[in-house]
Amino acid sequence: MSEAASPEPAAAPAAAATAHRSLWGDVWRQFRAHRGAMIGTAVFSFILAAVIFGPMIWTVNPGETNIRARNLPMSFAHPFGTDNVGRDMLAQMLAGGRVSLAVGITAMLVSMLIGALIGVLAGYFRRLDGALMRLTELFLALPILPLLLVAILLFRDTLRANFGPEAGVFLMIVLIIGVTSWMQTARIVRGEVQSIKEREFVLAAKSIGTKEGRIITRHIMPNVLSPIMVSATIGVAAAIITESTLSFLGLGFPPDFPTWGRLLYDGKDFLTRAPGRVIWPGLAISLTVLSVNFIGDGLRDALDPRIRGR
Amino acid sequence: MLRYAIRRLLISIPTLLAISFIVFALLDLAPSDPTANLPLTIPPEVREKIRLSLGLGEPFPIRYLKWLQQFLINEPLAVFEQLTGLSIGDSENRLRVLSWATRSPVTDLIVERMPQTLWVVGMSYVVAVLIAVPIGVISAYRQYSIFDQVGTLISMLGFSIPTFFTGLLLIVIFSVWLGWLPSIYDTTHVVNDWESFLFQVRQMIMPTMVLALANASQISRFMRASMLDNLNQDYVRTARAKGVRERTVVLLHVLRNSLIPVVTVIALGVPTIFGGAIVTEQIFRVNGIGALLITGIESNDIPLVQTLTFIFAILIVLFNLIADLLYGVLDPRIRYE
Repeated sequence: MSEAASPEPAAAPAAAATAHRSLWGDVWRQFRAHRGAMIGTAVFSFILAAVIFGPMIWTVNPGETNIRARNLPMSFAHPFGTDNVGRDMLAQMLAGGRVSLAVGITAMLVSMLIGALIGVLAGYFRRLDGALMRLTELFLALPILPLLLVAILLFRDTLRANFGPEAGVFLMIVLIIGVTSWMQTARIVRGEVQSIKEREFVLAAKSIGTKEGRIITRHIMPNVLSPIMVSATIGVAAAIITESTLSFLGLGFPPDFPTWGRLLYDGKDFLTRAPGRVIWPGLAISLTVLSVNFIGDGLRDALDPRIRGR
Repeated sequence: MLRYAIRRLLISIPTLLAISFIVFALLDLAPSDPTANLPLTIPPEVREKIRLSLGLGEPFPIRYLKWLQQFLINEPLAVFEQLTGLSIGDSENRLRVLSWATRSPVTDLIVERMPQTLWVVGMSYVVAVLIAVPIGVISAYRQYSIFDQVGTLISMLGFSIPTFFTGLLLIVIFSVWLGWLPSIYDTTHVVNDWESFLFQVRQMIMPTMVLALANASQISRFMRASMLDNLNQDYVRTARAKGVRERTVVLLHVLRNSLIPVVTVIALGVPTIFGGAIVTEQIFRVNGIGALLITGIESNDIPLVQTLTFIFAILIVLFNLIADLLYGVLDPRIRYE
C-alpha cells in the first residue's frame, strides 16, 4: 500500500487540494495497490486476449485430425503436443477457452441478473421479503451438483433438437448454472438494500414524490453496485469451475466440441502416455479461476470504504 | 433452547417436502422412458404392462405421495429391520423403492456403497480440520508475517484449483512418475494384518488429501478471520494484564471463542464435501455413493437418482440445523426466545 501512497505527497499541496478525487479514482488507486489483484488482472487479460486473438495468429484448425501425428509431445510444430487422433492441442486449448470463458461470463450475468432482481425486490418491498427469502433458502438447500447432472441428462436431447447440438448445450449449461447460483448475491444485495432504504437521501427522494421504480434505479442500484461487482467476479470463477466439473463428469458439451473441462476429461485416459493433455487444460482452468479470485479480492478491498481511506 | 430446537426442526419439514417435490417432479416430468433400452421385439402392449408394473400408470400426485410413503416410511423400516433382525408388521409385502437397472431395493445399494464414501469423505474432513485450525491460528497470531502470506497464497490456490485437477496432478506425480501410491482405490481390499493396513493407508492418501486440501483452505481462512476478530478484544488485554501466560491467552481464551463461528462453518461444509466426493470418486474409482449416482444417471435409473438426490438434500437441511443449534449451544450470548 505504501507504493500507491507515496506519489501523492510529492504533488504540490495546493494542487492536491484542488485536484478532483472521484470515487472511482479512489477505488482504482486502492485496487492498484493490491499486488495480487494487479497480477490477477494481468493474467486474466492475457488469457482473455489469447483466447480472443489467439486463433487468428495460430490458425491451425482445432478439429483437423492427423492419424500419423498422434500423441506427440511438445514440439515446434505443435507447442502443446497433439491428442490421440492427432489434433493440435494449442488450437484446441484456444478454441476451448473461448467456450469456457463465454460460459463463465454469460452464466455469471444470468446469475447476477436473478440475484440482483430478487435481492432488490426482497430488500425494498417488505411484502415480498418473506416469500422471496424462503425461496432463496429453498434453493440453498438444493443439492446443486446432483441436480445439475440430472437436469443435463434429462433435457439435453430436447434442447439439442430445438437449438442444434452446440447452441442447445451452451444455452442449457449457462441457464442451469445461472439459475442455481444466484442465492448468495440475492442475500447480500437484500441486506444492502434494506440498510440503504432507511437512509435520508431515499427519504428525501420519496418526499419530493419520486416514483418507487425511479428510486430503485436512481438511488438504490448505484449504491449496491459494489457488492454485485464483487460477487460477479466470484460468480465467473464458480461458473467456470462448474462447467468444467460437468464436462469432467462427461455431462457437459458433446465430444469433438472442445472446452477446457472436456479436454481434461478426454485427456485423463492418456495420463501415463501424455500427461500434457491433462496438465495444459487444468493449468488454464486453475490460472483463470485463481486470477479472477484475486481480482475479486482486490475489488472487495478497493470498494470497501472502511479500508479505502487508509 | 429446546423450544427453539423443536421449532427449527418443524420449519425444516416443509423445506424438505418442497425439495422432495422438486426432485420428484424434475425427474418425473422429464422426457425419459424406462423401457427405451429394452429390445425392440417387445410388442407395445407388453411394453405398456412393463411400464404399469414399474408404477407409471398412476396420475402424478398419486405417484408422488406413494413415493413419499415408500421413501419416508417403508425404507427406514426396512433398514431398521436389517440392522436389528426384528420384523415390524407386514414386512414381506411392503413396497420398496426399486432400482430400475438392478431390480433390487435402492436403499440396499446405498447401504452397500456408503462405507467407502464415509471412509474417504470422513477422513478427508477430519484431516482438513486438523490442518486448517493450526494454520488459521498461526496466520492470525503472526498477521502479515511470511507464514501468513504463504498461507494466504496456498489457501487461495486451494479453493481456486478444482479438485479434479489436483487429483489428476497427484496421480501424475505420485503414481506415474514416482510410483509410490496406487492410482485406483481398491474397495475389495480387506484389512487383516499390518501389511494390508499399510496398503489401505497408502491407497487412501491421495483421495483423502485432494478433498482435504480443498476444504482446509476454506476453513483456515475462516479460522484466521475469527482469530483476528477476537485477538483485539478487551478480554484479551485484561487476561494479559493480569499476567496470564501468552500461550494460555491464545490457546485457551482466544481459540475457544474463535472456534464458535468456525464450528458452524465446519458443520455447514459437510454436505458440500459429499458433493465433492462425486468428483473424487470418479478420479480414483472409489465405488461410493457418488459413483453410484453417476452410474444411475448414465443408466437412466430414475428411482436410484431420486433417492440419492433426496439424501443429499436431507444432509444439507440436517447439517444446516446442526450448525444453527451448535451456535446456540456454544455461544451463551445467543438467546433464542
